[in-house]
Amino acid sequence: MKVTEKDVAYVADLANLELSEDERTHMVRDLNSILDYIDRLNELDTTNVEPMAQVSDRYGVDESKQGSERFAYASREDVLEGLRKSLSQEAALTNAPDSDGTFFRVPKVIER
Amino acid sequence: MDVTSLTIDDVRSAVQERKTTALALAEQHYARIQKEDGEIGAFLTLCKERALEQADRIDRMAAEGRPLPPLGGVPVGIKDVMSTCNVRTTAGSKVLGNYIPPYDCTAVARMEAAGAVVLGKTNCDEFAMGSSNENSAFHPVRNPHDLTRVPGGSSGGSAAAVAADMAVVALGSDTGGSIRQPASFCGVVGLMPTYGRVSRYGLIAFASSLDHIGPLAKTVKDAATVLRTIAGRDPMDSTSADVPVPDYVAELEKPVRGLKLGVAKEYFGDGLDDEVRHAVETAIDKLKGLGCEIVPVSLPHTPYAIPAYYLIATAEASSNLARYDGVRYGYRANGVKSLSDMYRRSRDEGFGAEVKRRIMLGTYALSAGYYDAYYLKAQKVRTLLTRDFEEAFRQVDAIVTPTCPTAAFRLDEKSNDPLAMYLADIYTVTADLAGIPGISIPCGETKTKLPIGLQILGKHFDEGTILRVAYSYEQTDLRQTGN
Repeated sequence: MKVTEKDVAYVADLANLELSEDERTHMVRDLNSILDYIDRLNELDTTNVEPMAQVSDRYGVDESKQGSERFAYASREDVLEGLRKSLSQEAALTNAPDSDGTFFRVPKVIER
Repeated sequence: MDVTSLTIDDVRSAVQERKTTALALAEQHYARIQKEDGEIGAFLTLCKERALEQADRIDRMAAEGRPLPPLGGVPVGIKDVMSTCNVRTTAGSKVLGNYIPPYDCTAVARMEAAGAVVLGKTNCDEFAMGSSNENSAFHPVRNPHDLTRVPGGSSGGSAAAVAADMAVVALGSDTGGSIRQPASFCGVVGLMPTYGRVSRYGLIAFASSLDHIGPLAKTVKDAATVLRTIAGRDPMDSTSADVPVPDYVAELEKPVRGLKLGVAKEYFGDGLDDEVRHAVETAIDKLKGLGCEIVPVSLPHTPYAIPAYYLIATAEASSNLARYDGVRYGYRANGVKSLSDMYRRSRDEGFGAEVKRRIMLGTYALSAGYYDAYYLKAQKVRTLLTRDFEEAFRQVDAIVTPTCPTAAFRLDEKSNDPLAMYLADIYTVTADLAGIPGISIPCGETKTKLPIGLQILGKHFDEGTILRVAYSYEQTDLRQTGN
């Protein structure tokens, strides 16, 4: 068993999840079953293999340039309201679970 | 007008020539949804006002004798992971159960600009995570070919809506097979374009390096027409590629004779159902009969695709879904004591079991001490999988495989075994990881009349070739079966 109840509680904490007793038990079982399967990746020697985070850096990139200049194709001029008008305050707050009309409202942040 | 088996051209010419109106067609589709969808469950939200307004606009164009745009009057469904301004967009989740986006997804906006009439939002697995549509927080979707079976997922609502003639075409999204697998299960055409071919702006993120928008349609030509409409650079998505968009429809008629099609034994191994194997092999023979050369190729890292995929996709998901904290939009738990209590309880009560499982797996894979062993390892294996394809595409123009190892399975058959469910994507995740395009087209059915899908994979930005192969197969098939 790779993942214990304790690991699940720790990871749930990182992920801002609480999980019920029942959910934790299932999670231990499911994660172990999936990670067992995932272990087959260790059959592969990847010592000199570059990691691949993105597909889009495989095209459009100008390799003759340095640093972020290589990705010039993806950039645009930095102008106010360049692509789209910003949402109005009213529109931005429409979906808020709680707001005072100006700000999003949340429970007290500082606990003492 | 009979609305079953309507294609884009049927609709556009009928509306243009005033044989019917876009308004009448929209109403007929709503009537059909009313009648059929109680059993199937393909739609989550209908937006009749928006649809009829657009239909009216198209009808006025037709009345004035102006040429209609390419999708003029065509009733479409949109998977509920694409934002629609002022129309509820849930991603199949309780978290977004009341979410009303303040803007449109680029792909949806392009569909409407081309004349499409958006009927409503189609059901899907929560946050597009699933292969059966059983993870929808609202209700499952049933396969129109057999109501005891799943339509596939996660774009199960879009596939079922098209298969049951409740929409002429639909948009879906594909992160690990979510367009092609339901297309295969429901007997329709499903196209996942190259990564970056279609803007993801306004698509609710699952795994950003793997998410694609694409069409589900009744014919290959309709899929080509939709792709031509939604493809191309969008400054709102920096990963959308600045690569010219060819006229995919015009290219369909080009001959396929002499094209080299790769067949990889890794896609025909253990776990492939015999009836599926037979149907796919028969389809490959037909392609050979059309003058294609069949070439054996090797994609040796295929068995490692599912493990790599479920690390990368879940890692990205755990990060993308961190935004659902109950502050700016989405579900917030009641009676919370503090800010952190609010985050936790909102997420606990809002997310379904599969979404939590993936957030947990992804967070675990990214956590200190495990990052190298899991996430980084998976990214390296992603390189190896991509190299497999690059190597193969030096020898062939496209690769043909089964879309799925089996036909549609039963509801509840795999819902308690996450690993078994993940393996339903075994032939589709590879293309997402490599960023190459893939299409699933119907290629026969099982003895119990369940559709079987043929998958054709292509080179980056070479949707033209896979559409052309799919089209010529479809045309031959139509001639032979006399449909």
